[in-house]
Amino acid sequence: MTQSPDIEATLARMQEELRPYLERRPLIIGIYTGGVWIAERLHRALGLEEPLGTLDISFYRDDFTRLGMHPQVKTSNLPVNIEDRHIILVDDVLHTGRTIRAALNEIFDYGRPASATLAALVVRDGRELPIQADVIGQYLKLNKNQHVKLSGPDKLILNIQEVG
Amino acid sequence: MTRGDLQLDSQGRLRHFLTIEGLQRQTILKILDTAESFISVGEREIKKVPLLRGQTVVNLFFESSTRTRTTFEIAAKRLSADVININTDFSATNKGETLLDTVRNLEAMRTDLFVIRHPDSGAAYLIAGYVPAHVHIINAGDGRHAHPTQAMLDMFTIRRYKGSFENLRFAIVGDVLHSRVARSQIHALTTLGAAEVRVIAPKTLLPMDVEKLGVQVFTDMRTGLDGVDVILMLRLQFERMSGALIPSAQEYFNLYGLTREKLAYAKKDAIVMHPGPMNRGLEIESAVADGSQSVILPQVTNGIAVRMAIMALILGGQP
Repeated sequence: MTQSPDIEATLARMQEELRPYLERRPLIIGIYTGGVWIAERLHRALGLEEPLGTLDISFYRDDFTRLGMHPQVKTSNLPVNIEDRHIILVDDVLHTGRTIRAALNEIFDYGRPASATLAALVVRDGRELPIQADVIGQYLKLNKNQHVKLSGPDKLILNIQEVG
Repeated sequence: MTRGDLQLDSQGRLRHFLTIEGLQRQTILKILDTAESFISVGEREIKKVPLLRGQTVVNLFFESSTRTRTTFEIAAKRLSADVININTDFSATNKGETLLDTVRNLEAMRTDLFVIRHPDSGAAYLIAGYVPAHVHIINAGDGRHAHPTQAMLDMFTIRRYKGSFENLRFAIVGDVLHSRVARSQIHALTTLGAAEVRVIAPKTLLPMDVEKLGVQVFTDMRTGLDGVDVILMLRLQFERMSGALIPSAQEYFNLYGLTREKLAYAKKDAIVMHPGPMNRGLEIESAVADGSQSVILPQVTNGIAVRMAIMALILGGQP
């Protein structure tokens, strides 16, 4: 297992890239679990007044019939009406794109946002859907048998594991 | 093999939901935790998630029901399943078709989940023992035997108001003899580690050997309700009574009806529950049923999230 250094520098870079979006008064929404940690940091750093939204996409996953219910489902909470608002969706790792597909579906069950922008701490190869990030923390060139996972929330660390 | 084993597959996962008896504590807690996450779905504008899209749920009710059938229907619809309701009054069973033939035909229409209520104890087992592996059964009440989803929504409601079960005293009051709800509640509470479970009823409304289920028996409300945290009222089930088991409605109300005066024997912050439908003025006084300690309507609301959780866990093949 290896650890990728310096998440703080990456977060600072993402924060600067997101700054131009602020004039649109965006709402920040994090995807459980790692995405919420990143979203909390960005939300605080950018000084947004409206509260952070959180999404647990378990009820929207496309592999439910194969894998069943996730054992620990969190509660999605969008405290501000998203109708006609600009959304910044935040996740820790963009990989297949399926999580983002599910998150967009869930968001649209709450209303019709004016736009949705995706910010991801890590972007890696392996997309299975036509979904790309607008704000990218870092690219990681990983093999198929490598798995990247964020641990936190007190100290955010990216762990790269060899699997199977 | 006990009856409860029928509801688990070879890996110990829930395949059907037939009874609380024999379920492990962690399984019950997992259902409660899952239900907690479904509460939020009912609170938002579009009260629907796509989890069971394309699945077919048949509510097969051989006994009348408003609350249970409706909450099962809403639960399935909020999970995006297609729901068909079949009530015995309109069904072919009145024309002599057997229960299994009815199920066989509905199964031939590619039903994924049957929710079954039947006046005969064991009806849901009979069907669960017969259907192929991809078809699932939820028991929505079988005779006097079990009503496990009601007990689960009661446990969910208790946990929401009281936080846990370990240090609490519970009193189940009324027609225990005919109550499938009471039996399921007793199994759930003892499995969850309740400090004390009491039943309070006249001797004529208590089953034989009820103590063997791990409860304390009281025939007097004053001593029975003394110091309890949760009062679980039961409905007097006249439709299941074959003889005169209570002297008169008025005398029953005087002795066992939950009035404000009798409620005062319990702890000050005790909650009052009832599975419905209520016989007001018979087992419970309106002032108590509608009073500040009553959580009877929250029980109904919680029933949807709990039934969503059970359906999702069963159809998702959850470990």
